[in-house]
Amino acid sequence: MSRELDLAGRVVELVREIAGPDAEAEASATHTAHSLTRFANSAIHQNVAEDTTGLRLRLHVDGRTAAGSSTVVTDDGLRGLVERTVAAARLCPPDPAWPGLAPATAPDGTGNYDEATAQATPDERADRVRAFVEAAGGLETAGYCRTVSWAGGFANSAGQSVTGRSAEAAMDGIARAGGVDGVARRNTGRLSDLDGTVLGARAAVKARAGAAPVELAPGRYEVVLEPTAVVDILQNFALFGFNGKAYNERRSFAELGSTQFDPTISLVDDTLGTLGLPYDAEGTPKRRVALVENGVTRTVTHDRRTAAEAGVSSTGHALHGGASWGAVPTNLCLLPAGDTGDGSGPTEVSGPIVDSDTAALVAGVERGLLVTDFWYTRVLDPKSLVITGLTRNGVWLIENGEITTAVQNFRFTQSYPQALAPGAVLGLGRHASLLPDSWDASWWSAPALRLASWNFTGGASG
Amino acid sequence: MTHFDVATAAVQAALDAGARYADARVMHRRYESMSARNGEIEELSQDEDAGIGVRALVGSSWGFFAVPELSDAAARAAGTRAARIATASARVPGPAVDLVPTGGQSGTWSSPCAVDPLGVALSDKGDLLVHATKLSHQAGADLAEGLYQIWDTSKWFVSSEGHRIDQHVRECGAGISATVIGDGETQRRSYPSYRGQYGTSGWELVDSLDLGAHAVRIAEEARELLTAPLCPSGETTLILGGEQLALQIHESVGHAIELDRILGWEAAFAGTSWLDLNQLGRLRYGSELMNITIDPTIPGALGSFGFDDEGTPAAKRDAVREGRWVGVLAGRDSAAVAGLDYAGSVRSDGWSRLPMVRMTNVGLEPGPHTLDEIIDATDDGVLMDINRSWSIDDKRLNFQFGCEIGWEIKNGRRGRMLRNPTYTGIGPQFWRSMDMLSGESVAWGTPNCGKGQPGQVGHTGHPAAPARFTNVRVGVRG
Repeated sequence: MSRELDLAGRVVELVREIAGPDAEAEASATHTAHSLTRFANSAIHQNVAEDTTGLRLRLHVDGRTAAGSSTVVTDDGLRGLVERTVAAARLCPPDPAWPGLAPATAPDGTGNYDEATAQATPDERADRVRAFVEAAGGLETAGYCRTVSWAGGFANSAGQSVTGRSAEAAMDGIARAGGVDGVARRNTGRLSDLDGTVLGARAAVKARAGAAPVELAPGRYEVVLEPTAVVDILQNFALFGFNGKAYNERRSFAELGSTQFDPTISLVDDTLGTLGLPYDAEGTPKRRVALVENGVTRTVTHDRRTAAEAGVSSTGHALHGGASWGAVPTNLCLLPAGDTGDGSGPTEVSGPIVDSDTAALVAGVERGLLVTDFWYTRVLDPKSLVITGLTRNGVWLIENGEITTAVQNFRFTQSYPQALAPGAVLGLGRHASLLPDSWDASWWSAPALRLASWNFTGGASG
Repeated sequence: MTHFDVATAAVQAALDAGARYADARVMHRRYESMSARNGEIEELSQDEDAGIGVRALVGSSWGFFAVPELSDAAARAAGTRAARIATASARVPGPAVDLVPTGGQSGTWSSPCAVDPLGVALSDKGDLLVHATKLSHQAGADLAEGLYQIWDTSKWFVSSEGHRIDQHVRECGAGISATVIGDGETQRRSYPSYRGQYGTSGWELVDSLDLGAHAVRIAEEARELLTAPLCPSGETTLILGGEQLALQIHESVGHAIELDRILGWEAAFAGTSWLDLNQLGRLRYGSELMNITIDPTIPGALGSFGFDDEGTPAAKRDAVREGRWVGVLAGRDSAAVAGLDYAGSVRSDGWSRLPMVRMTNVGLEPGPHTLDEIIDATDDGVLMDINRSWSIDDKRLNFQFGCEIGWEIKNGRRGRMLRNPTYTGIGPQFWRSMDMLSGESVAWGTPNCGKGQPGQVGHTGHPAAPARFTNVRVGVRG
């Protein structure tokens, strides 16, 4: 038995002892080792690590529910957590919609885990930073290299008992040339997959290709979005669209069974086989969930509470604190077009386009824009998912299938579902890139995407 | 073993491992939040968090390590590990690092608190949210939501320069909102602010909000908004309510004057700043009505403390005086790099996070008018209030904000309610167009300021009053 499962089990036993045999309890313990080496002005300026074991408890007693957490895992700490959570539950109003605990179900795996990544040293991260800086060829650089590992145990009083381990490595950096930024980022389960030289060179090429940007008039432009920009669409779809709570409350655009997207669009949420623990915050095993199939919205993600309300089963998307946030897919993938499935990636291309997938999409554009990143996007209306934000880290004008000039950043105001509506998607890349979230518990997978129209409402300079 | 002893052991271990400077913070935080929806409690959580974070400077390279254990052995191991990480940083070295002097400060500080928020009965706190959201739901809100949050933080700071400081900071706040769902869009009204009002205060702050008294009004206004005319598009005179102006200050001034951004330390993620240190003291940031202060000494404001997380005593400072940029938010190392002689604006959101430059209370000094006088003096314009969306570029220049509600202003009178009001502009142009400012200032608390990697959530305060701006582009649409 792992230390984490032992801790979780002891908490559940304490609940029985203190609140009686009828109390329902679920406890999870997670040990997180998080290290991040951050660089700016081409030097490591922040270099941090933490080793933390955290405990979370949710219990339901006498028809009332409360939750609590602690990093104090001594005997007194565990007892204190249980006693105050039991006391809190008894003071709460009744919870008639309590959905009950996850039944005992074996997960499909134990999570990805790479010992070398989990045990990575600050020297190994620093070496990748140095490679990135050197590959940028004298340009100013900034970014990070991080490694994270998790070991988790979950137990509940309904007999569910699961463990898992996972590791992640990510690198994200920019190179700057004359005030213009180029970016490269990657997420993976193995630190050994991260090559600072490749990423630094890519960022530098994009920065140099962004020199002397021109200002273009606002308006609707055809666009090719690099995977780094597509991620922003996935993040907002996840939080506001495919979130079971938002759907139940009619705040989501999702209409099950409707063709809301172009037939080329298929979205799945899938942790298994890549990164992350194999169960959710309620102990429900995670599984692959097809949210959109060939343009048709099929389902949304649920925890036990939102699932009960919708009359379906949990999809394994419970989050800690999810009663407020809802059940959010945090590993959303936009499936690429015609992926060969051999695991190979696109060919590297030297220039602002970066890879052969994106180049193929650009080749079909008569006049449009290549966009690297979206930045500071915020929802103007959650139901129609109209969003404003800016471009960042490189925009280029495409004319007759060729990049002709760098362009100043734009502000846009755009409904995201509308941008991917039937007929609006003109092409997808053949390979998906795995990209990190700035918060380490999420990741996103997307190919490049060619869209018929994106509504740019102003130049960022005025 | 006291928490000071634990921190001292960590600092000594870092020095023994080769650090030329080290500091350590032991922190213990209790957090409680409760939310309600449509007259029922939705979630109650009580969290406890304790540990130590150690910062070590080896040569000119930093390292930081944090653990949740508070034993002598764990603290010493953490100090040693922080020094080792700092040593690794030297593989990609930067310029020499110095720290502006603060002296070896000793002290104790507690935030003002009349009613201990964790001492108030959970049932009473629940009743407050249940009552307010039930009223709002009955008045027509599809989703009537209420939330309170409480943070009770004790910290003990020790440095190799002789700092020995303990602080007890109690923060809390609450708010309600009403959302109505129409065909293809939603409308929301909030009170007293987008996420509520927060401060370094006891439960008396929440009591003073009187949430129930506003529950029906916000539901009715949200429903009315569904059929209100859209905010017109074009350039006009814009009057902003104090809550929205607080966010305007936060985004377009507060972040822009963070010295770590100006120096490029946040370039890859949070971004940089349009400000150039060579123009400090000379640059025209806004109109002569614009007086922005950095003041962590304001009693009860959310960005208040006795000492920052580097041990620098809290002190008031000018950031913009009569429209001219004169000061920055700084830490001891960033100030030294920039050649400045002050720090005092460094905090972290917990023991496991590296302290970094954060806003304290960055606020606009009040003006001579009232909101009514500003409206009286406006022939044609729009009044907007309560933030709904916020977006600004990575240099903190180009912004677009949406508000929950707007009103047409015609011939000195408040007219029709306007739906989906937005405005956009460029920071210094916008601030230079401020021509009227009210004296009705409130120190708004922002408990959700994101920055840093790994991510940190900061608590900031923003004194602000309603103000008027000319020739602003409003009504941007998708």
